[in-house]
Amino acid sequence: MAPRIGVVVFPGTNCEHDVVQAAAAAGGEGVLLWHGDTQLGAVDAVVLPGGFAHGDYLRPGALARFSPVMGSVAEFARSGGPVVGICNGFQVLTEAGILPGALQKNGRLRFLCEPARLVVSSTASVLTAGSAVGDELVIPINHFSGNYTCDDATRARLQAEDRIVLRYAANPNGSIDAIAGIANEAGNVVGLMPHPERASSALLGSEDGLVLLRALVRAAATASAAA
Amino acid sequence: MRFRARVEVQLRPGIADPEGATIERALPALGFEGVAHVRAGRSFSFEVDAPDEGAARTTASELADRLLANPVIEQSRLELEAI
Repeated sequence: MAPRIGVVVFPGTNCEHDVVQAAAAAGGEGVLLWHGDTQLGAVDAVVLPGGFAHGDYLRPGALARFSPVMGSVAEFARSGGPVVGICNGFQVLTEAGILPGALQKNGRLRFLCEPARLVVSSTASVLTAGSAVGDELVIPINHFSGNYTCDDATRARLQAEDRIVLRYAANPNGSIDAIAGIANEAGNVVGLMPHPERASSALLGSEDGLVLLRALVRAAATASAAA
Repeated sequence: MRFRARVEVQLRPGIADPEGATIERALPALGFEGVAHVRAGRSFSFEVDAPDEGAARTTASELADRLLANPVIEQSRLELEAI
């Protein structure tokens, strides 16, 4: 049976179907989960997809953190389950305190919608385990608040613990250290601004996102076997 | 008792403020000279029912810290008045 990838839908989420389709292309089965449910059900991994959860009111991710499903997502993450936040999902994970730091408005206040060249900086995560350090991936970004920021102590810790998983080859948004994605201590939770699901078919211009999603599906299969 | 709270949220000093910087860059074109260090922020107001000012302040500041401001990058300032 294909590993089940739960894809959380908040009011205003708009990338859930893309993620479900890309998960299938990567060998998984995408299952939509509603933010108002308190249980995740039988899933082997969780993706918080892109969009505008709760309208992005107040700050991106600020209200989604209080959605009923988030308690289960945090618990699933604590117990080692693979959790990936893409774009708005990354913002939700930082607002919820599941990942450190914050996503600020882009430098020069630019909304960015373009393919980004990324460099894999660490393979110690459920998303990059199938890559090699230094691999270059072309994956689209589509955000206004993707400018990763954190205090110096957090930055030093992320570096020392090898938790910066993806960097931009050319920093588009002012993120410190050109950070495009980070992981938690255990590597089972990853947040990234680029959209791997939008690079999951040659028809879309790139299949590089599949490299990441296949790693996630493999991690989900491992989690499923262990459960 | 009822109190009106006003919470002002701004980026912490040292955190880059692209919005403030963009406003500042536009000022010379509008004829404003000698204006510097523009910082953008947001203001919220709400009313709190509480037995006394201390209790209202506790509620309002907790609300400001847990929701209205993201303490990682922002700080908040609270003003309270009895109404």
